[in-house]
Amino acid sequence: MAGASLRVCQYLFRTGARLRLCGIYSGRLPLGYAVSSIFLPLTHLRYKSNSAITSAPIQNSKEVTNARVTVGDGGVSNVPHLRSSSNDAEVAKFAAIAETWWDFDGPFKPLHLMNPTRVSFIRSALCRHFRKDPFSIRPFEGLKIIDVGCGGGILSESLARMGACVTGIDVVDKNINIAQIHAGLDPLTSSIEYICATAEQLVTANRQFDAVLALEVIEHVADPSDFCESLSALVVPGGATVISTVNRSMRAYATAIVAAEYLLNWIPKGTHQWSKFLTPEELVLILQRASISVEEMAGFVYQPLTGQWSLSDDTSVNFIAFGVKGTTATN
Amino acid sequence: MPKRSFSDVEFKEGSNSGSCEMNEVMSSTITKDEEYDIAIVGGGMVGLALACRLSSMPLTKELSVAIIDSNPALKSRVHFKKDEVPHPRVSTLTPATISFFKEVGAWEYIEQHRHAYFDQMQVWDYSGLGYTRYHARDVGKEYLGCVVENMVLCDALLSCLQVLFFSYPVQPMGDSSRVASSGNTIEPTHNGSSVKLCLSNGKNLYAKLVVGADGAKSHVREMAGLKTTGWNYPQNAVICTVEHSVENHCAWQRFLPSGPIALLPIGDKFSNIVWTMTPEESSTHKSMTRDAFVEAVNYALDYGYSSHPQSSFLDEFVHRISSLSGYGTASMAEHFQVPLKVTDLVSERMTFPLSLRHALEYASKRVVLVGDAAHVVHPLAGQGVNLGFGDAAALSEVIDEGLRVGADIGELSLLKRYERERQAANLTMMAVLDGFQKAYLMDFAPLNFLRAVAFHGAQFITPLKRNIVSYAMGEQKWPLFT
Repeated sequence: MAGASLRVCQYLFRTGARLRLCGIYSGRLPLGYAVSSIFLPLTHLRYKSNSAITSAPIQNSKEVTNARVTVGDGGVSNVPHLRSSSNDAEVAKFAAIAETWWDFDGPFKPLHLMNPTRVSFIRSALCRHFRKDPFSIRPFEGLKIIDVGCGGGILSESLARMGACVTGIDVVDKNINIAQIHAGLDPLTSSIEYICATAEQLVTANRQFDAVLALEVIEHVADPSDFCESLSALVVPGGATVISTVNRSMRAYATAIVAAEYLLNWIPKGTHQWSKFLTPEELVLILQRASISVEEMAGFVYQPLTGQWSLSDDTSVNFIAFGVKGTTATN
Repeated sequence: MPKRSFSDVEFKEGSNSGSCEMNEVMSSTITKDEEYDIAIVGGGMVGLALACRLSSMPLTKELSVAIIDSNPALKSRVHFKKDEVPHPRVSTLTPATISFFKEVGAWEYIEQHRHAYFDQMQVWDYSGLGYTRYHARDVGKEYLGCVVENMVLCDALLSCLQVLFFSYPVQPMGDSSRVASSGNTIEPTHNGSSVKLCLSNGKNLYAKLVVGADGAKSHVREMAGLKTTGWNYPQNAVICTVEHSVENHCAWQRFLPSGPIALLPIGDKFSNIVWTMTPEESSTHKSMTRDAFVEAVNYALDYGYSSHPQSSFLDEFVHRISSLSGYGTASMAEHFQVPLKVTDLVSERMTFPLSLRHALEYASKRVVLVGDAAHVVHPLAGQGVNLGFGDAAALSEVIDEGLRVGADIGELSLLKRYERERQAANLTMMAVLDGFQKAYLMDFAPLNFLRAVAFHGAQFITPLKRNIVSYAMGEQKWPLFT
């Protein structure tokens, strides 16, 4: 009975119906289903308005560039409309658990488990786009890639082992330190350049890359559309952008927040805010405005029996999008 | 750029003149300590098979691999002389293993030497109450398996490696003393990104991943601190090669009170005997005269213990029903056949103690076990080395997947994936084999009867027979439940 009603809900939400379905839920479904349906109309409005409106009291959009600048640009932003995407509360959340990045059974276990799946998507998308040999052991040889929000460097190290020239940036200083120490252990990854900075600071430093990756970052930034503008400025025309995040859907609330944070304790409570999630359509629109056209999208599905993630067409919880920056560069 | 190291100058034997110059240039820049991606400790069948498989896949062939073994024959390829008489140490390869060899490209070498496909198998016991005949046609295949001497297998794998050597830096390196003796140590390096192997000839080797393929008394397993569980069987196996007057095309196995005797065709009118018995009996049989031994073998296989099993009226009935319904198998119609008479013993008799051993964990940081280092089973179903080849195949797949996503190949999570896959399969097979071994140890009338029922069941219940044959052939992953 619960299973049947669950399937009905999923079907309806996937077809875009915005019905209040509280009435037909059985008591066994997570409470969040009923509660979060109220949020839907409000949050739906947020991304259509300008970025001044905030929905939750604890988050404030900061207008000041991050004081911890280690990129040598003199600290002056000459692209004034790119506000810093960092956010004190989010930064503090990650700084608290920084030491556990490379503990495979620690708070970052889901990221470690998900990493092979993300990397295989990135590998196939980038190999196809840059016409590299997918059967080579180092397909990314000669590509400059930036990992925005690299954290402890889980993704950066995988990319470096595949031959890319990787730059990893993160706003949490502790993360950069840990990433640097860990990357120094293996000669293959010790060439990764780690910088504690925001994407905007690199834009002001006029850095450009063949591919920009921002995985599981956009749901933590203050303003997604400004963040995407920064990402777009970091890519060479005709280059690749890969963004992954969590969908703002009922199922994602139940899975990524209620189940992962509260029931299974996979990630610390409060890591994600459902209201900050983006739907695939919204992400495509935001990227379009930043002159990036999304060419491919996939979802990640977790198989509880085998404990593994796999790529699928189901974008209702985690999804990843691959986009290409337009060659007629506008800025 | 993939690392190529031609460290030992004397290893130039296999290379052509083109790369000789490269050797000279490179060897002057090689330091005493060398770095490899994978170090395979143990150059036996499974270790070599792993190296071959790695070299046949597009991503993994760019890794640098070293094989460490104390056998000097590995390093300087002494050409394999075709012996007149087959060596007693043989292995029965299942079709799954044969397709693994074909993928690797080593099967063509095996076909150039002595090997024996067999398509029939007969299993019965000493009570004379029942028998089972299996035929490859029961599952629509051409053969149930192939029996090959171990030396032929190793030689074929080495030939395969030599051919691939030009594009693949595999370094067999002989030690001056056996790997098993002390002097070799494995220690993690200070930065944790590779393992340091101190070989007994004074060389140091660094590797990202160490594969323990060094057999049942694995030194690597001991040094990595991986614990095992298991027990010794109160049985020894006596193996030898015998001769017949005609070719043998069937594998025969008879369960006797102290253990099964198996007669496997090896080709050219020769057969291999694997006879499991108590340790006292094994020393008696080893020391008796050749004629007495031949007599004992014929007694055990043919007229000893009881009369030949006959199909009863009930069996005929079941057979007629199933052949009418079209659901029968070819082997159901076959009556019990008397095994081929052994005319002569042509090789020395070797004895080995038998045991069951299983490593509780196959992997720890940067160390992984394959083959007998991970599991030792009873030879009664000829599965032991096939499990090892399955390990080699699974490990190379896992390493390939890891490379595809830029993972560190010595990472524990990657190795645990291999362990999960193989432990399940290996434990299932071990449970089945151990069950058989225990079921046949007791001479107790009701148990004998149950065993007879089991024989009849396997002979005449087609789905059961097909399951048994498919599982034993390696075509099916799990017994019964697919």
